[in-house]
Amino acid sequence: MILDGLAGIGRQGLNFFATMGRAGIMLFNALWALPNIKKSWPLLLRQLYVVGVQSFAIIVVSGLFIGMVLGLQGYTILVGYGAENSLGPMVALSLLRELGPVVTALLFAGRAGSALTAEIGLMKATEQLSSMELMAVDPLRRVIAPRFWAGFLSMPLLAFLFSAIGIWGGYLVGVEWLGVDQGNFWGVMQAAVDLNRDILNGFIKSLVFAVVVTWIAIFRGYDCVPTSEGISQATTQTVVHASLAVLGLDFVLTALMFGE
Amino acid sequence: MSDNAYVEVKNMTFSRGERVIYEDISLSIPKGKVVAVMGPSGIGKTTLLRLIAGQLKPEKGQIIVDGENIPALSRNGLYEARKKMSMLFQSGALFSEMSVFDNVAFPIREHCKLPEDIVRSMVLMKLNSVGLRGAANLMPSELSGGMARRAALARSIALDPDLIMYDEPFAGQDPISMGVLIRLIRSLNDALGLTSIVVSHDVNEALSIADYVYIMANKKIVGHGTPAQLAKDDSPLVHQFMAGEADGPVPFHFPSQPIEEELAEVLK
Ligand SMILES: Nc1ncnc2c1ncn2[C@@H]1O[C@H](COP(=O)(O)OP(=O)(O)OP(=O)(O)O)[C@@H](O)[C@H]1O
Ligand SMILES: [Mg+2]
Repeated sequence: MILDGLAGIGRQGLNFFATMGRAGIMLFNALWALPNIKKSWPLLLRQLYVVGVQSFAIIVVSGLFIGMVLGLQGYTILVGYGAENSLGPMVALSLLRELGPVVTALLFAGRAGSALTAEIGLMKATEQLSSMELMAVDPLRRVIAPRFWAGFLSMPLLAFLFSAIGIWGGYLVGVEWLGVDQGNFWGVMQAAVDLNRDILNGFIKSLVFAVVVTWIAIFRGYDCVPTSEGISQATTQTVVHASLAVLGLDFVLTALMFGE
Repeated sequence: MSDNAYVEVKNMTFSRGERVIYEDISLSIPKGKVVAVMGPSGIGKTTLLRLIAGQLKPEKGQIIVDGENIPALSRNGLYEARKKMSMLFQSGALFSEMSVFDNVAFPIREHCKLPEDIVRSMVLMKLNSVGLRGAANLMPSELSGGMARRAALARSIALDPDLIMYDEPFAGQDPISMGVLIRLIRSLNDALGLTSIVVSHDVNEALSIADYVYIMANKKIVGHGTPAQLAKDDSPLVHQFMAGEADGPVPFHFPSQPIEEELAEVLK
């Protein structure tokens, strides 16, 4: 019984490391060579559109609502201490440090990550990747690399957009609706937000999340069992693994950045 | 014959997990000829093509294409070697997000720096030769199975490679397209001096097109020769395949226990 359990853990451990190895090799082979700018640029643009621009709407709407909720909750809590003038920094700091990068990454995993996995998995199942390989075109560079870079470039921008819209949502609720003083809202916020500590750290976070989420998504597609069931499983795994990885990493990064 | 062989497989063994697909087989494909590979379904014909293209690695033995041992090549070497070959997939494998035109143009655009109007005329010529010039602007999802396969054929001959491997080019074709395809494969081969491997179940078509034929069964090559030689071959394996009989030395069934036993177990 115990031995079986141990063997099971061992097997899972080995599996885990083998998967990590395959994922590492895939990314390395996709990215190590210098891309041919003339050919890669249109591919990258197209993926930036699919991965980045098409995620715009969900990011804007979510950012607005989260900012509005922050404004409302923050106000009801702060007003009890007579501290409603701190509403600005509260909204801004929670968005820039945490909610912007984290929620964007979660939304991105669900919106763009799952689509990447399904698309690549289907290309594998229908032998499109194989036939590309046989035409002496490396699918890692033609298919995988532009999708990776598109995710890497668009997520930090989306996170920034999310925070900006969120702050505006907080302003709408706090200032326009609940009557917090406009000058206080912006002034205290400006004094409290630090470029390095808050904005830069949030940016670093979303870069890390971008790598992790995009990497998981494309690897799950590339490594999937090439059947309809395999693809659906891979898509689910992308969302679950990417979300867990983001939340776990967020704790680690927060501890490194803000823990004394 | 091995002096002018373009592809040579030497003492190759390959298995999928526990199941041995090929046991110590050797064969050679002479340069400039059309060679047919025939054999029952599931025997490993597609696998053989993937081995030659370096997508699968054999456990033992050598696969020499144009003087290079494919399994021993580095990643880059393999991609270089593949520029000389091309393969028509059994499923067609067209890129679903591109039109038929862009599919055929894909290998040309990837490997040659040509002005767009030359690419255009090359593609239209290839599409014309498979009868699909009018379908250039359709998406793969708008094609029938047979049309998709012909479009894929146009794509695989787009760059006039030295070696073309056709996996079941005739499946799903009506008699007219079939005749056109046979003449096309033949004339590509003769006009450009390329080497062709045609995988087919279709005994008549394969015999009519091939200069040389290999018949596989039971992990081995059970017969080979020119079509005329095979027609006279009286070994029971070859005879069974040529005549299309279910009973004989080549089993029709995937390896399994006898059906009586299995049904008895089910009914118990
Ligand atoms: N990815 C795979 N994993 C495990 N076994 C496989 C895989 N692909 C094929 N096989 C096995 O290898 C054997 C040979 O397959 P292959 O596709 O080469 O057959 P084939 O001769 O081309 O058949 P057909 O004429 O029906 O296309 C089959 O019996 C199949 O079960
Ligand atoms: Mg096959």
